[in-house]
Amino acid sequence: MSGVPQALAGVTVVEFGGYAAGPWIGKVLANFGAKVVHVEARDRPDGVRLQYPPYKDGKVGINRSGCFSYFNDSKYAVTLDVKKPGGVELARRLTDWCDIVIENMRPGVMARIGLGYEVLKETNPDIIWLSTCNMGQTGPRAATGGFGSQLSALAGFTGLTGEAGASPMLLYGPYIDFVAALVSAPAVLAALDRRKRTGEGAYFDVSQYECGLSFIAGALFDYHANGKIAERAGNDDAVAAPHGAYRCRDEGWLAVSCWSDEEFARLAPAVGRPEWADDARFADAAARRANIAALDEGIEAWSAPLDAGEAATALQTARVHAYRVNTMADLFSDPALSHRRTWRVRRHGEIDDQAYYFPGFDLSETPGDIPGPAPLLGHDNEIVFREFLGLTDEEYDTHLANGVI
Amino acid sequence: MLGPYRVLDCTGPLGWLTGRLLADLGADVIKIEPPGADLGDPGWRANNVNKRLLTLDLGDDAGREAFRRLARDVDFLLESAAPGSAAADLFDPEALNAANPKLIHVSVTPFGRSGPHAEWLASDLEMMAAGGAMSLAGEPDGLPVRVSVAQSYGWAGAQAALGAMMALTHRSATGRGQHVDVSAQAAVIASVAHAPASWDLLGVNSTRAGAFMTGRSVHGANYRVFWPCKDGYLNFIIYGGFAGRRTNASLVAWMTEAKAELGVLAEIDWAGFDPTQATQAEVDAIEDPVGRFFLTLSKAEFLQGAFDREMLGYPVFNVADIAADPQLEARGYWQDLPGPGGRAERFGGGVAIVDGERLALVRPVPSAGEHSREVLGEMGFDPSEIDGLIAAGAVGDK
Repeated sequence: MSGVPQALAGVTVVEFGGYAAGPWIGKVLANFGAKVVHVEARDRPDGVRLQYPPYKDGKVGINRSGCFSYFNDSKYAVTLDVKKPGGVELARRLTDWCDIVIENMRPGVMARIGLGYEVLKETNPDIIWLSTCNMGQTGPRAATGGFGSQLSALAGFTGLTGEAGASPMLLYGPYIDFVAALVSAPAVLAALDRRKRTGEGAYFDVSQYECGLSFIAGALFDYHANGKIAERAGNDDAVAAPHGAYRCRDEGWLAVSCWSDEEFARLAPAVGRPEWADDARFADAAARRANIAALDEGIEAWSAPLDAGEAATALQTARVHAYRVNTMADLFSDPALSHRRTWRVRRHGEIDDQAYYFPGFDLSETPGDIPGPAPLLGHDNEIVFREFLGLTDEEYDTHLANGVI
Repeated sequence: MLGPYRVLDCTGPLGWLTGRLLADLGADVIKIEPPGADLGDPGWRANNVNKRLLTLDLGDDAGREAFRRLARDVDFLLESAAPGSAAADLFDPEALNAANPKLIHVSVTPFGRSGPHAEWLASDLEMMAAGGAMSLAGEPDGLPVRVSVAQSYGWAGAQAALGAMMALTHRSATGRGQHVDVSAQAAVIASVAHAPASWDLLGVNSTRAGAFMTGRSVHGANYRVFWPCKDGYLNFIIYGGFAGRRTNASLVAWMTEAKAELGVLAEIDWAGFDPTQATQAEVDAIEDPVGRFFLTLSKAEFLQGAFDREMLGYPVFNVADIAADPQLEARGYWQDLPGPGGRAERFGGGVAIVDGERLALVRPVPSAGEHSREVLGEMGFDPSEIDGLIAAGAVGDK
């Protein structure tokens, strides 16, 4: 698909499951050259295809889901119904073929349908298998299913968002699903590396809950060591003052933070208040925190008539921490993101042009890309089953007739 | 799994998690810190457990020379030096690669090593702003807020580890290392799920949802997401569809058993309830008795009850609740290691159970200079050189 050498060239992945936590891993691997096959049953496609906006032109349709496509660019999609005769056998041929299986079903589901790791390992002994779910495969609440948006509350994130003494705040979408995907994906590649050296495969039992906690590790440590319970604190910080969001023109917002007395001496004139630099009320961080209302008011008086991007540039020129609070629309015009080509437009069969997210890292010798749009349902049945797996015409036609494909 | 590999970890907060993930996967991760560094910070300790520590002054000529020698022999280098700074000069990708062609060099910075904002100053606040996350959190008519525990470090650090492993995959095929360039801003975008797609496809610029779910009902009704309970808050939403019907019916059964006042819930037919068609008055009538029932429950009671009754929803946990969660305990998530003064320190363990065993923490948090002599000795410095570096203050001994 790409003329440039790819880091994961030759690596093959099969995904069972849907929504975000599993598929996001496959998407990022595909962006760096892995061949990733997304498996769905024609009668039970990936749940995300029909459950969340945005849809192309606002019209729901199985191949019109902006959400599905945003999570599944660069992949092959097959329809494979394991409940039909011969379905499990065909799924096994897929898992025999691939290096890595990713599944994010509830614990026990894969085994129940005949696709458990122990069984599939018999014919692919060095397979690398990642099972990812809310609670992990074991433990008193292993059977819990649920939405990542709500798991984000259990894992501490929403309690840490919002003003002190007021309600927790929602984070957008299944926040923790993406944490889990990104924190567990390196392990899969580490296993691949080990396999090259020793021939061993690996079975990963991943809990999205546990993965999420790696993002609040310091707060958990502080609780265990010192009994400190981290609380939501708006935009306050224990060290920096000022530290917050300030209104700008046209409903824009500016984030500003100040980490030293020297930085404050640069901030003051930059917001038109040179006299602050000699004001005892703001002489050090403690004083600034004690008198933060005056500072916040003064900064906002400066920023309110300004464009947020221009305000940020002015402060950065003065060497002060600042950035526009980017809305989703702003992300598409941000110059730092344009430089990295974060948004790569590809043409999808039904959605037409869509901007796909290129991950936040790149490699110098084997740069990644978005090699293609997300796939239509069952789009790659022929290429995957005939070419990759080598099904004969007869085998393929039989599976079609049985409703497997 | 990564036992054969050695990592030089020169990162600040933006990269601590990267080295931790590699260490938990078995790599020998050597953290470098300057003399006098604060090793007591909870974030530092939590993320630099399982690593060795070489106290090395990278601002000192002899220290920099020692670093260059080390960099010739390691498999991975992790750093988060500010682009354009003197520190960044030490981490020139071409020079490092020329001296060690198999080196996988990972740079973790707010905006990447190049580009129009590469030298801009950004802390977690600005990175969460730049990556779009802040615009989507907070009250709809209030301030955009960040999460009060820094998150951008995690988004950047995790993607850095993933990039490092991809580079390793390539290297094992070709013998060649390369440079992995991470932008925390771009990494943070992964946290806003598919919100960018709403803008891209429909011109809808998603806004802060606050504490209510909006946009579901054609009549503009808002659904409560966070409910006060006896000792905090619960995250629960009146859903429709199959899963919602089951949850809602289970809730009513629970309330009935508890002899709670049901109001309209006594008569409601969930099969016929469509959240997209409800008016605010209808939603309020449903949520009113639910809210009063939830006030009688603790977080722990709701957690267990929701599990037993297969209901969607979770309590809003804080770190104390998480620390006491029997699910984590049962899975051996916590690991205690010896800390300073003989006191045990508790850590969240490796992020996966592999072939039945959790990725283990084998090294406690290191102290200043603890492995300086050991590491330098292994890397070919002879004792008199090491003594000299220590005497000159370029290296810290334990």
